[in-house]
Amino acid sequence: MRKQCEGSQAVAEAVALCRPEVICAYPISPQTHIVEGLGELVKSGDLAKCEFLNVESEFAAMSVAIGASAAGARTYTATASQGLLFMTEAVYNASGLGLPIVMTIANRAIGAPINIWNDHSDSMSQRDCGWIQVFAETNQEALDLHIQAFKLAEELSLPVMVCMDGFILTHAYERVDIPSQEQVDAFLPPYVPRQSLDPDDPVSIGAMVGPEAFAEVRYLAHAKQLQALDWIPRIAAEFGQMFGRDAGGLVRGYRLEDAQTIVIALGSVLGTIKDTVDELREAGLKVGVLGITSFRPFPLAAIRQAVQGARRLVVLEKSLAVGIGGIVATDVRMAIDGLPIKVNTVIAGLGGRAITKASLHRVLRQAMDEQLEPVHFLDLDLGIVNRVLERERAQRRTGPIPEQILRQVGAVASRIA
Amino acid sequence: MFQIRIHGRGGQGVVTAAEMLSVAAFLEGRYAQAFPSFGSERTGAPVVAFCRLDDKEIRLREPIMQPDALIIQDPTLLHQVDVLAGLRHPEGCILINTQRTFEEIGLGEFVQDLHPRNLVTLPATELSFKHVGRAVPNVPLMGGFAAICGLISIDSVVAAIQEKFRGKVAEGNIAAAREAYDIVKADLKEAGYA
Repeated sequence: MRKQCEGSQAVAEAVALCRPEVICAYPISPQTHIVEGLGELVKSGDLAKCEFLNVESEFAAMSVAIGASAAGARTYTATASQGLLFMTEAVYNASGLGLPIVMTIANRAIGAPINIWNDHSDSMSQRDCGWIQVFAETNQEALDLHIQAFKLAEELSLPVMVCMDGFILTHAYERVDIPSQEQVDAFLPPYVPRQSLDPDDPVSIGAMVGPEAFAEVRYLAHAKQLQALDWIPRIAAEFGQMFGRDAGGLVRGYRLEDAQTIVIALGSVLGTIKDTVDELREAGLKVGVLGITSFRPFPLAAIRQAVQGARRLVVLEKSLAVGIGGIVATDVRMAIDGLPIKVNTVIAGLGGRAITKASLHRVLRQAMDEQLEPVHFLDLDLGIVNRVLERERAQRRTGPIPEQILRQVGAVASRIA
Repeated sequence: MFQIRIHGRGGQGVVTAAEMLSVAAFLEGRYAQAFPSFGSERTGAPVVAFCRLDDKEIRLREPIMQPDALIIQDPTLLHQVDVLAGLRHPEGCILINTQRTFEEIGLGEFVQDLHPRNLVTLPATELSFKHVGRAVPNVPLMGGFAAICGLISIDSVVAAIQEKFRGKVAEGNIAAAREAYDIVKADLKEAGYA
């Protein structure tokens, strides 16, 4: 059924259609309307045979999810930002134990400085935690990826994070097509766990493993993620056949034919990039876009295949690996190892800074004119940065940096973008 | 693509207005995208929300910096926020919640190259007090917007209100939207633009 609704509401309805048996969440910022919507569906009885647990922290949320999943229940939770960091220890346990929990990350920045806005710092901080990470471009894809995520997680006995841009998608009203319960039931069979805590068939889960076997257990986690490189496209294709639309997969190209410059990105910014690329194409420039849907596992071969004809890649990422630059770009470089392709990293949208078509036009033309530095910060105010550095050179007791910068920036209420 | 930017204050239903406009456009078969400017919203603080309408899928995610239409829910914002920034000239449209004229609120010079048909004032706060009993000017302004701009019909606005609200609140808001629509239509007719 087509409807116009908030991204969070659409995801709540999609998750409910997947018939989760346990949903746990900590109801405080950075939480979204997703679990609020699910809580209402459980309370009203529309989502039957599901226990909704209000827990006391994000750490408890993931711990409860682990317990529920180990008991054989289809389990869901959602978080973002500091909430994800607070549950980190349990996040690693969920993947290490091979429990197919599905969790939405409504991507947000990580403090300090305190910031509630969108970027990808939170999920990127967990890129090596053993969870599968997929990124949604639109609310429709976010909805669709959640339905695929349960199937993928349960097939592989691995947890899946569905990453969708906080605010930009979660709080946006747009058109979505919500499938029927019959369609989702036909796509997603009931959960049959590979392992579960059952008094009639007792096992222990969570053994201590010493040097004699730890590497083998970890290697199997890696091998399963590599299996996901086959399962993700297979599940996306099956989804496409049943629901009649494309969603998921490893990577998705746009206007890649004869492209000499390819912009690589994740998430909702792909829309703005595609609009920009259409305009650059009209101006005769050979530019294309490659969206990465599956960030973990990282689709090295699919990326190499998609970009091998290009001369230049511009990897635009909403995260910063302090002390080196890009996170996505580093992985992309591995995918094109040995190919004569130049890579520019563009760090953009940090802490919710708007990524505009005008700025993308400028930075892409700079890249094509060989005028872009290897790691570029989109729309960075170098004047402000240099004034802070100058003060630090001139005096010792300069005070906290964010406060100095805010004084220079002035009132933000007067700004639109 | 038609882009609308709504300015108001926390508590005036700015975000809800953008969402309901998108629902109204969706009900007419259009693609629509509504989103707030994100911030630590507090009652009374300046709030901005955006709504894009198009006949094809909307992919753009940047804030609306060059709106085709501005809906200003609180004229006191003119002294605090650059609400007029980027409005497209000369075809841009301004709908503002005030009982005064554009000259009286100091916008005479700014609007002189805009088409007078697209410059509309509406006593939206008074209409919301009359029909809803609270200062929520968002819905009457949506009614007024339907009267100015042929993109969304008043019936779709009413249907969007019915999706968002129930019972007495819905009834009051529908009455406010319809009266606002009638007022703006009558004003335009009187000025010879209907």
